[in-house]
Amino acid sequence: MTALSSPMHSSASPAAPIAPVIEVRGLRTHFTGETGIIRAVDGVDLHVRAGECLGLVGESGCGKTITALSLVRLVSPPGRIAAGEILYDGRDLVKASEADLLALRGDRISMIFQQPKASLNPVIQIGWQVAELFCHHRGMARRAAWLEAVELLKAVGLPAAERKALAYPHELSGGQAQRVMIAMALALKPRLLIADEPTTALDVTVQAQILHLLRGLCRDFGTALILVTHDLGVVAETADRVAVMYAGQIVETADVVPLFAQPAHPYTRGLLHSMPVQGRRRDRLDAIPGSVPPPGLTMAGCRFAPRCSFAFERCHAEPPPLVGLPDGRQARCWLAIPEPTRSRSHSDDVARPGQPD
Amino acid sequence: MTKATSGKTHRADELVTVSGVSAHFAVRSGLLRRRTGTVKAVDGVDLVIRRGETLGLVGESGCGKTTLARTILGLRPADEGEVVFDGHVISQLPPRDLKPLRRHMQLIFQDPYASLDPHATIGRSIRAGLDIHGIGRAAERSAIVADMMNRVGLDPALADRFPHEFSGGQRQRVGIARALVLNPQLVVCDEPVSALDVSIQSQILNLIKDLQADLGLTYLFVSHNLAVVEHVADRVAVMYLGRIVEIADREALFGAPRHPYTQALLAAVPQPDPTHRRTEAPLAGETPSPDVDYQGCRFRGRCPVAIDRCRTQEPELAGPVNGHRTACWRVADGL
Amino acid sequence: MTHQTTPGTLAPAGTVDHRPRRSGLIRILRRLARHRSGRIGGAAVLVIILMAAFGSLLVPYAPLKIDMAHRLLPPGASHWFGTDELGRDLLSRVIFGARYLLLVGVYSTAIAFGGGVLLGLLAVAGGGWTDMLVMRLVDIMLAFPYVLLLLAIIAALGPSLTTAMVAVGIAGIPGYARLVRGEALSVREREYVDAMRVLGAGTLRITLGTILPSILPALVIYTSYVMPLAVLSASALSFLGLGAQPPLPEWGAMLVSSRSFLATAWWVVAAPGMAIFLSILGLNLFGNALRDVLDPKHS
Ligand SMILES: Nc1ncnc2c1ncn2[C@@H]1O[C@H](COP(=O)(O)OP(=O)(O)OP(=O)(O)O)[C@@H](O)[C@H]1O
Ligand SMILES: Nc1ncnc2c1ncn2[C@@H]1O[C@H](COP(=O)(O)OP(=O)(O)OP(=O)(O)O)[C@@H](O)[C@H]1O
Ligand code: SF4
Ligand SMILES: [Mg+2]
Ligand SMILES: [Mg+2]
Repeated sequence: MTALSSPMHSSASPAAPIAPVIEVRGLRTHFTGETGIIRAVDGVDLHVRAGECLGLVGESGCGKTITALSLVRLVSPPGRIAAGEILYDGRDLVKASEADLLALRGDRISMIFQQPKASLNPVIQIGWQVAELFCHHRGMARRAAWLEAVELLKAVGLPAAERKALAYPHELSGGQAQRVMIAMALALKPRLLIADEPTTALDVTVQAQILHLLRGLCRDFGTALILVTHDLGVVAETADRVAVMYAGQIVETADVVPLFAQPAHPYTRGLLHSMPVQGRRRDRLDAIPGSVPPPGLTMAGCRFAPRCSFAFERCHAEPPPLVGLPDGRQARCWLAIPEPTRSRSHSDDVARPGQPD
Repeated sequence: MTKATSGKTHRADELVTVSGVSAHFAVRSGLLRRRTGTVKAVDGVDLVIRRGETLGLVGESGCGKTTLARTILGLRPADEGEVVFDGHVISQLPPRDLKPLRRHMQLIFQDPYASLDPHATIGRSIRAGLDIHGIGRAAERSAIVADMMNRVGLDPALADRFPHEFSGGQRQRVGIARALVLNPQLVVCDEPVSALDVSIQSQILNLIKDLQADLGLTYLFVSHNLAVVEHVADRVAVMYLGRIVEIADREALFGAPRHPYTQALLAAVPQPDPTHRRTEAPLAGETPSPDVDYQGCRFRGRCPVAIDRCRTQEPELAGPVNGHRTACWRVADGL
Repeated sequence: MTHQTTPGTLAPAGTVDHRPRRSGLIRILRRLARHRSGRIGGAAVLVIILMAAFGSLLVPYAPLKIDMAHRLLPPGASHWFGTDELGRDLLSRVIFGARYLLLVGVYSTAIAFGGGVLLGLLAVAGGGWTDMLVMRLVDIMLAFPYVLLLLAIIAALGPSLTTAMVAVGIAGIPGYARLVRGEALSVREREYVDAMRVLGAGTLRITLGTILPSILPALVIYTSYVMPLAVLSASALSFLGLGAQPPLPEWGAMLVSSRSFLATAWWVVAAPGMAIFLSILGLNLFGNALRDVLDPKHS
């Protein structure tokens, strides 16, 4: 197996021209309902390199899960990929046959699903659910596969793994079930791992252990990781690069350090502010006012404009493009466009979102 | 209804008194699923929840938080010890005798997707409590439901919609409305916001706090997110492997944590600052399993400051009643 | 769109489509109408129902009227499907026979459905010993080969159309009971059932009010498999002389009384045979479409 024999050492600096493991161009995923077309994913571009961790963040319903599912072509009807390319190793997965996809999924591409209990088979002991992967994809004998499975369950921090491996899913706590899912995703050391909210049910010490494990996987085996989450602390801790989604589109991408230091998009800024931070207690949290536009709605201007405290006329009239900024950053906001005359006049009366306060 | 039998005095401001409660699960194995062991998910817990307060309950995944919460609600019997709710011993009551007390204690679930009946309109889900307890006539019930929907920020006109038409945050509001429609005294929130993203999370947390002020609710707030607990709780209990190891006021617990596990927990919180990353996982060692008997302190194997005594004797929760209590020999010895 | 909120609750809770909603049944029917085998199967089912309801108005001849002068006529202008060995008009008999098909399908399935749901829910709600006893009973019934079970019931009740219906119905009970128990057990572990328990609901309310509606889609899907099978079984019983008795124009019974004339007059067998074949095909197509439409992945 190539991923195992050639460990890659990640140095995910944007300058290093490592070919991306997966590259998505102009992805659109639509749901056709009786009330019309819902554009859940509406023109998403992203890529992840070997050994790199991309954090995908955004509000509930903005399309993170559908994007993740689209990458492995697991969107179920009435949803379908309406446009775009998903290049995995230079091959377009949108055009791949179901048989090829089946071979890829679970072996080279793994996914951790958002709802752990629903994704485990309720009538099979968890140890066998993991061991089965080794039997099926690696042709291991049952006994060896079982031992391997127990080792893996230990690695994800399941207490007394030898005995717990014999338990059925309903005998696990929420966090334990989630760790079994993670073990199954890591089992075959995939080249691409898509983790959809992998640590929501875990306490911080176990979460730290899991994130450590995921980073180790990237570092030692060159796995490309897409980490879907709404926990910015997890992103700060784990991701190399971050893509922020809003209403089916990417509104900002940047390396993790500059993103937290200087968010370029007002939405990113709002997200950073609405998060409760331990040790910095406030009586009320600053929620971003308003809510995500319903996915059926078509808007003339920027999709965030109705909730944006920086919005001006142009924002309501014309949708901003995703523009490249220095340091390989991108943002979809009229204020972020380096247009010396306009931005200067604006920074006089409003705080620029790019500036720390 | 049985009145409290234990010799302890029940102070009027205590809504829930948990004394020496244990909850066990049978471990079965083999083809015949014979009982081969016992998981002591909760193992001798003492706890008091005072009227009007929010008690946070934190701890490692699998340490027994959900099991303790369900025992307090009388959803499963206590295998040892007793739970006293508002002067009634509920831990051994059969379901029929528990029913009249049910309306006074409610639960908000973690998963807004799994906890709503997909075949019932949200109006029907919210009204269920009123139907079960036969409160009011049809018109009054609808009025109560509409009022409750307004309170949690849902348009009452949406009562005839089905859950799949709502987002996660909206569904959690439905879950809150369903729990509060009976006007309960105690509301147990089992990770109410961990399935929601930050912006919705803050809306729901604000809502939970506002409702407490308006309705005089008492919360047991279970969460693994310490930032969230710090935001809502008045007092915090830390659980490790079926036991409470530290309990204190919010400021004391977050400002000056004493138990080595609490300290490790606080150190493990991911900070939204990518420039200060940890290189090591914060707590070394394996979580012990709740199905073996322990001698000494349960945290011993992972404790960076363990002393000899920790191996032989189990530390009890010590400290002033209602004050900062810790179960640790180092703390007891003032080291 | 924002929602009214009382002071004290801050943020509006997001937006929901305010357009009027179509009810579930109409949605399902519309989807069926768009489904290809749904249209074909639906048409077949509709034809059967029309024939059963208005058969006596539609038939050109009285289905029981013997006319020895015109026996074994091949299909032609006056007798589209021909006549049988007693000179009875086959078209009229086939049209008339539809009502027995419908009768058998509805009654035997209803018996199986009702009995199975009752037993399955009893097992789940009762738990412990009740569950054990009910499921042992079901296991014993399932241990008999299907045909043997049918024959045993008919031996006890004596052959007639009603007996065949009851027998097919009873034989279907254990299948339903198993399904109901399995589905109900898994639904019972769901959090929304727990939520009802927290609110104080008793076992009866939870079983009938929450669990039953949740397993209904699975039951409808199972019924779509079982109903054609029930119809076929009843026809087979009639063919064996254990169900409907001649001269009743039940299709299975028609087959058996005419089969010795097959060599000289193929149509006496073709008419009821095709009727059975096409109606079972129609029911199956309709069932397939129904399953597609009800499948949660498609909704
Ligand atoms: N089966 C479906 N039919 C119609 N619309 C759908 C369907 N599944 C998802 N959508 C829509 O697609 C959008 C994106 O959903 P998605 O699950 O990707 O959100 P998300 O970003 O993962 O949110 P969360 O943080 O809550 O998991 C939502 O607005 C949702 O309404
Ligand atoms: N039905 C069961 N049978 C056997 N063991 C069980 C059962 N339910 C829970 N357990 C065990 O009891 C322990 C406590 O579980 P519990 O669900 O209370 O944990 P928790 O603190 O809520 O964890 P989490 O934060 O992951 O939800 C776990 O070790 C779990 O494996
Ligand atoms: S009692 Fe000992 S082992 Fe336990 S936490 Fe305290 S110092 Fe550590
Ligand atoms: Mg999602
Ligand atoms: Mg739990």
